[in-house]
Amino acid sequence: MSYLTVEHLTKNFGGLSAVSNVSISVNEGELVGLIGPNGAGKTTLFNVLTGVYKPTKGRVLLHKNGKDIELNKLPPYKITHQGVARTFQNIRLFKELTVLDNVKIAMNQQAQYGVFGALTRLGKFYASEADIESRAHDFLRKVNLDDLAYELAKNLPYGKQRQLEIARAMATGAKLLFLDEPAAGMNPQETQALTEFIAKIRKEMDLTIVLIEHDMSLVMNICERIFVLDYGKLIASGTADEVKKNPKVIEAYLGEEE
Amino acid sequence: MKNLFSKKNLIWLGVLLVFFFAVQVMIDTRIITPYYRQVLYWVGIFVILGVSLNIIIGITGQLSLGHAGFMSIGAYSAAIVMRDMPDMTGLLLGMLVGIAISILISLIVAIPTLRLKGDYLAIATLGVGEIIRIVILNLEITNGASGISNIKNLISWPLLFVFVVAAVVLSANFKNSAIGRACISIKEDEIASEAMGIHTTKYKVIAFIFGAVLASLAGSLYATTYYVVKPETFGIATSINILIIVVFGGMGSLTGSVIATGFIGVVNMLLQSYAEVRLIAYALILIIVMIFRPQGLLGSKEFGLDRILGYKPPLGKKPRKEKSA
Repeated sequence: MSYLTVEHLTKNFGGLSAVSNVSISVNEGELVGLIGPNGAGKTTLFNVLTGVYKPTKGRVLLHKNGKDIELNKLPPYKITHQGVARTFQNIRLFKELTVLDNVKIAMNQQAQYGVFGALTRLGKFYASEADIESRAHDFLRKVNLDDLAYELAKNLPYGKQRQLEIARAMATGAKLLFLDEPAAGMNPQETQALTEFIAKIRKEMDLTIVLIEHDMSLVMNICERIFVLDYGKLIASGTADEVKKNPKVIEAYLGEEE
Repeated sequence: MKNLFSKKNLIWLGVLLVFFFAVQVMIDTRIITPYYRQVLYWVGIFVILGVSLNIIIGITGQLSLGHAGFMSIGAYSAAIVMRDMPDMTGLLLGMLVGIAISILISLIVAIPTLRLKGDYLAIATLGVGEIIRIVILNLEITNGASGISNIKNLISWPLLFVFVVAAVVLSANFKNSAIGRACISIKEDEIASEAMGIHTTKYKVIAFIFGAVLASLAGSLYATTYYVVKPETFGIATSINILIIVVFGGMGSLTGSVIATGFIGVVNMLLQSYAEVRLIAYALILIIVMIFRPQGLLGSKEFGLDRILGYKPPLGKKPRKEKSA
């Protein structure tokens, strides 16, 4: 059953059409890859899906509890409240904060008190803080980062930073994750570890994942379906094998045959 | 209740009480002369200003240069109310009036300006501070350029102490809560913060209003301490002075702001007898400290009991590691 539906989505920057008339749908629990040459509009598409940009045309629908939520009308933080979270191409962790605090910020929606409670520490303040703290630790244990809980995010090794960014996105309570090049800049071992990590969390937490990736080994390994973008247009979709054989895809990546 | 009377809080309470009575005794026995007392009052008032600006700049990362404007709102509110009610009720009422006006104005200012970033925000808030000053300069009730004088002097060490401690404790509570975490995440990375489900505009506005309210409170104390308020007192120079406290103590460190204010107060006092070189020496000291501690006296760390007591985080897993930035 379709979980996310993108209908005829177009995003223009002035005269340039970064994404044009793209329609895709993602089923619940699926792991979908989004590939394409540089400048194909993959990240722009992500930015539209997560509310950073408003689409010029088209709609983004999230099907949740039998209702259709129009994500393109919501600001980014409200999209996150609907259970949709993302990571960034260039890691955007809260670098000067600990791993634990990074996760606690993602869990901020769970705070049971307002400004008055925070200032006076009356009411549910202490209970709610203890609750968030213990949930954050539980969560870190689940994603194998608990031993690094009190390290500053900027001091983590690169692979762990990527892992933390994915974990932080999940900690918002997201059921649908957009991962923007999670393996960028990783060596083969790190990519392998990341592939296993994504497969593991997806199974354990019932996630639907859409990922942009240049590393074909990762995409071909774990993605059930692949969408290919080129010059803002969807040129192919299907399983890894289908896409690999598609002449349009070969042309986009390698150029036309004489 | 158990949390309120934790070991940490009790120790803080003890330290504060000892400090309070020690100073009180020194005032009574004239070890602290009326002149030193003026320094003490200056430090107290600017601690509130520094800490409140630190919430906006150091915690939330929004560069505001109009802090003296909100200070003047509190100062004038207290001065005007105390014209007819020259007693403690008048002062408290004046404070409340100042706070109400500050909330209103900061709300009006915050919503459009906090969409701006960095330099643009700084210029916009600079403008707001100037607008407030010029409005005060031209109003009848504020008595224009000559200002209001003969305000009843009600300041005393206990009064100042209560307000300073309250302001610092409220600010610390603000920082160490989900709201503070949201604000810090905005400073760290606004785009990521928004993607984590944080309504960044809302939290920026909350931080701005909170800072403005405390600045207004400090302004009211200023009015009753110096019994004269004039528009020129609350110009850009005062805003910059508060900014110096924040940068000097360390962005994001509330205790840093407290220590920095004390330090600057003492330096100013010691240099008082060398009038000709005072400003030069003051500037030199600031420059030297900024060269050797560019992150400010405390950086973004807090001076706290955790380190002294070997505090362990609530789950008792691992002691907090100290990492230098």
